[in-house]
Amino acid sequence: MRVKFHQSLDDLKEKLLVMAGMAEQAIQRSIEAYRTRDLSICELVFRAEPSINRLEREIDQMALDLLAMEQPMAIDLRFILSVIRINADLERVGDQAVNIAVRVREMGAFANIDLPVDIPKLASLSSAMVRKSLQAFIEGDAELAESVLRLDDQVDEMNDAAFYALSTLIKEKPELTPQSLNALIIARNLERVGDHATNIAEDVIFWVRGADVRHNSSVI
Amino acid sequence: MGVGILVEDLNAWYGTTHTLQDINLHIPANHATALIGPSGCGKSTFVRCLNRMHETNPIARATGIVKMGDIDIYNDASPVEIRRRVGMVFQRPNPFPTMSIYDNVVSGLKLNGFRNRRILDETVERSLKQAALWEEVKDDLKKKSGASLSGGQQQRMCIARALAVDPEVLLMDEPASALDPVSTSKIEDLIFQLKSQYTIVIVTHNMQQAARVAENTGFFLNGKMVEFDSTHKIFTNPRDKRTEDYITGRFG
Repeated sequence: MRVKFHQSLDDLKEKLLVMAGMAEQAIQRSIEAYRTRDLSICELVFRAEPSINRLEREIDQMALDLLAMEQPMAIDLRFILSVIRINADLERVGDQAVNIAVRVREMGAFANIDLPVDIPKLASLSSAMVRKSLQAFIEGDAELAESVLRLDDQVDEMNDAAFYALSTLIKEKPELTPQSLNALIIARNLERVGDHATNIAEDVIFWVRGADVRHNSSVI
Repeated sequence: MGVGILVEDLNAWYGTTHTLQDINLHIPANHATALIGPSGCGKSTFVRCLNRMHETNPIARATGIVKMGDIDIYNDASPVEIRRRVGMVFQRPNPFPTMSIYDNVVSGLKLNGFRNRRILDETVERSLKQAALWEEVKDDLKKKSGASLSGGQQQRMCIARALAVDPEVLLMDEPASALDPVSTSKIEDLIFQLKSQYTIVIVTHNMQQAARVAENTGFFLNGKMVEFDSTHKIFTNPRDKRTEDYITGRFG
């Protein structure tokens, strides 16, 4: 039994889950900032980003060390490759949270109006995708990961609807362009969060089953 | 050129111990095939059945069919003929200590009655070149004994000796396990080059080595072949949980 190696794999997983917790919290905070227009919450998102970036580098280094020193095989090799990819996706989720917080800060300069887009609902759906994909990673549950892939279409549809509604509003009421554009970008950021959750789910399927389901393919 | 090996219902015993059980597989020609598994799993017994060395032990026996090309090695040919067609390289280099490098390489040919000096000279040069040893020893062929070479050189000389009789199949039982990394790398390069001309079966405990040199890999456990597939499949996504447990170190 390679006790030390398997302990290192557990450590790597644990570290990635810390990273996941920070990325999830960043998204939740950015949406809370949007909902309340509380700029102090935006500050929390900005301040957390360097920690997420630092963790990304540490996780990559741990994974690199294991590849170099332990020559992992089969499910262990797939696990480490998945961790490297998920790590990059989580860091990007953190970036999307920062982007949203930047937009919320910009919106603070304008009147708070009702916009024809349900950002909290879109946020709730994309956050649920992230949460489910991470749950699938924690439990090594490929079926749960598959359920995440099916949610992505809903997020895309909501983003398309937001794009249509907000671009129509800009045409009809140009004076609301700044608010509309910021909301449009936030919707786009949340759609990207859904894409990162999809990537994470695909990586879980790759780890557990050895099947590459990216880009609607299934190559074993 | 190498020939494919077809194994059907191969069983082997040492006394009352059933060491190989119902082995069926096809080893393709001109490929390297690796056999992996824990100590005592039967992989060395298996390769010894492929050149009829297993039966040299008085308490050992084997049943089943092993075909090399069109030849059923247990029914169509003598053990001597089979061992000419099937070269073998062992874990530790085993030069004949009192013989020169030259005589070591041609010892098999001489045993088979070849005496023509020109043919022997040509064979020594060809075999040592194939074994990537020629440049290192060409000036000392008859001056130095085989045993005076380094471990890695001795092993390559033994490979040259096996190649000198122009076999179709080369069996290698952990050929690099007693060698340093540089010599190991040379043996692996050699395997890569030789498989275009010979069918190579290599037993190894070094899974990275199997992954580097072999197109196909078989996993043995408790005398059975648990899984045989492309090396890529075995080391990235094996079908059988026991294979996965073994290669990921979760075994036992």
